[in-house]
Amino acid sequence: MIRVEFLGPIQKDALELEINNLSELATILQETPEMREWLENSAIAVNDTLVSTLDFPLKDGDKVSMLPPVCGG
Amino acid sequence: MLKIYNGGLNVADILKAWYEEESLSNYGAFIPFIGTIRDEDGIDGLSFDIYEPILEKWFKEWQEKAKAKNAIIKMAHSRGDVLLHQSSYIAAVFSPKRRVALEFIDEFVEDFKASAPIWKYDLKNGQRIYALDRSTAIKGSGLLA
Repeated sequence: MIRVEFLGPIQKDALELEINNLSELATILQETPEMREWLENSAIAVNDTLVSTLDFPLKDGDKVSMLPPVCGG
Repeated sequence: MLKIYNGGLNVADILKAWYEEESLSNYGAFIPFIGTIRDEDGIDGLSFDIYEPILEKWFKEWQEKAKAKNAIIKMAHSRGDVLLHQSSYIAAVFSPKRRVALEFIDEFVEDFKASAPIWKYDLKNGQRIYALDRSTAIKGSGLLA
């Protein structure tokens, strides 16, 4: 099971999904209407490390985080 | 050293503590940056969400960069609501000579704005409104689009 968390202003509860890579997550979220506005501008982290490829393999217990645009300070 | 505080920062206490921690460390320069909430656009203040696991990793990378220049870096940031004229962010560089610290604080604060996992909200008319138009997409965003 993969836990998917939505950070900051994304108003969505965490998901628990049976997926094998980020590509499968992309397909699921692209079909979720309220997520469309966030997909273009959010970064993705797996186990708290930012990732840059959809091929990134996921294993049971991994945590995926979605990080929308930031503004500290 | 990275510390997160609930609400506005006590600037005098934090700077005093940092100064005293390093007063005998033989650094020739101590360059602080202090961010303060300005009264503009009718806001009552700002509010912040922070994702600490990635913030800590990001800060650790900057600590390593500072170390390579014989410098150190310290940072404090607010979580939750911060009212007008209070401080929400303090960063400081200590280095043997001034030039390294002046350049490093500039690079550090710019990357902080673009990369640190912190989300800002305007407090206005009792609402907490995400400041999307002032926010920056982290490098590599859009992977799932």
